[in-house]
Amino acid sequence: MSSTLYSLIGLGAGVAFILALKGLSHPKTARRGNLIGAFGATVATLSVFLYVTPTHGEKVGHSLPLHNFWWIIGAIAVGLVIGVPAARKVEMTQMPQLVALFNGVGGGAAALVAIVEYLNLGAEATTAEVIFTVFTVVVGCVSFSGSIITFMKLQELMTTRPVVFPGGRFVIAGTLAAVLGVSVWVVSAMGTTPLLVLALLSLLFGVLFVLPVGGADVPIVISLLNAFTGLTVAASGYVLSSTLLIIAGTLVGASGTILTRLMAEAMGRSLLGTLFGAFTAKPQEATGAAEERPVRSGSAEDVAILLNYARRVVIVPGFGLAVAQAQHTVRELADLMISKGIDVAYGIHPVAGRMPGHMNVLLAEANVPYDQLAEMDEVNPTFGQTDVAIVIGANDVVNPAAQTTPGCPIYGMPILDVSNAGNIVFLKRSMRPGFAGIENELLYDPKTMLLFGDAKASLTKVVSALKSL
Amino acid sequence: MDAIAVISIFTLAVFVGFEVVSKVSSTLHTPLMSGANAIHGVILVGAIIVADHSENNLELGLSLAAIVLATINMVGGFVVTDRMLEMFKPKKQEEKK
Repeated sequence: MSSTLYSLIGLGAGVAFILALKGLSHPKTARRGNLIGAFGATVATLSVFLYVTPTHGEKVGHSLPLHNFWWIIGAIAVGLVIGVPAARKVEMTQMPQLVALFNGVGGGAAALVAIVEYLNLGAEATTAEVIFTVFTVVVGCVSFSGSIITFMKLQELMTTRPVVFPGGRFVIAGTLAAVLGVSVWVVSAMGTTPLLVLALLSLLFGVLFVLPVGGADVPIVISLLNAFTGLTVAASGYVLSSTLLIIAGTLVGASGTILTRLMAEAMGRSLLGTLFGAFTAKPQEATGAAEERPVRSGSAEDVAILLNYARRVVIVPGFGLAVAQAQHTVRELADLMISKGIDVAYGIHPVAGRMPGHMNVLLAEANVPYDQLAEMDEVNPTFGQTDVAIVIGANDVVNPAAQTTPGCPIYGMPILDVSNAGNIVFLKRSMRPGFAGIENELLYDPKTMLLFGDAKASLTKVVSALKSL
Repeated sequence: MDAIAVISIFTLAVFVGFEVVSKVSSTLHTPLMSGANAIHGVILVGAIIVADHSENNLELGLSLAAIVLATINMVGGFVVTDRMLEMFKPKKQEEKK
């Protein structure tokens, strides 16, 4: 294949990626957009097998096939065997952490590519190439280790609360200074050892950067690291003289930055606050001993009676609903109420679940009609006319602390105003606070009734009690 | 590569990237992030190029690791995004927006 044809295919793939992002921005074209992106990526990958990129200082590459051809095929096969089943089998509830993990390995791959090319170039590397290599290694490693930490937080392999240790911000600032210092060292000395030190320091910085991030901000950080990985891909595109990688990487970097900002806005978070949380976070005082305050708990029959005499009910689904796999049961309850002439809507918080839009995916999986799903701005004004709000496995998204307690980790996040409803029913497993780890005052409200137990079991009981009324 | 050409491509791509996603409903944030995530898996192309350039076992080993990781990122990313979007599909007619 001629280098012109190869470049044109690269350009075509770049266009495919633009169309993919554009398609993904609209509900009707989203799926097609994703397929266009996959097509572009596949064609681009096939084209590298038909054109040999010249090594540094040479005009033309060696003749086909590629060196190490079978090794390359084998490695791709290994990647397929790991990646495809993981993507196909993952429960939709666990999808956010899988995305985080995929992003992390992408960042790791970019860092490795930069390291190999650096070793390969040796003393022939120009200063510009070394600078781009350093950038790729630093940001790729941060993205890799940072994503692993977000994965562990979402998978609840570690605490979801911000991890802040005394003097933490000095450690983080020190690590960042060391990363910058070693970067200069690599650029001036051009050795293998400095690069290795740089990679290790960057991995450490990635961990320190994400540890102080609280549960609610994790999706924003994933999106940000996603944009970072895009930029590393663009930088390695410069070192490898690949227009395709520059286009694809820059597109993801730019759109990822915008998306991060949109997500932060939807959650009422300051992007800078999230970003520099690592530097400003103070160790939190342990929030008093577990309070022993009275709560009003009821039985499934009590809830059924409440619902039976309601005219309008809003269901507020949260991650607990998804964990209990209760999507189908909640739809059964909604259908039953509608058959009794009750007006039913689902109030969907933008970040219900673990990520923006996650709950819509989970309910769509249970075939809940799209027109019953009301977004927050739509449903909030209607709580005054709502007789019962049923909060199922949600907590942070209805927590008034977001509006009343400055300094709490979710302060400023818009919430669903369920407190305006006539009655509030919480279906919870226990009094344990939500993902962000904050006590919810609403649980102690006199209008609140708590129904403890597994969401699915509780809902099943409510359904049968309501049927017999 | 010509520095001016690189800067031009980079600058234009930044603006295109900003423009294409400037208005997205929160429902699509997760699939869009996942799709963009899959696109940067195209670093696979770079990983294959460096595997071809590798001159010793260390370089080959690192680049093969990069190929494995990049393949997981790219293929897994597109597959999981498709699975998410598949669930929106049957209700297309009822959609308001």
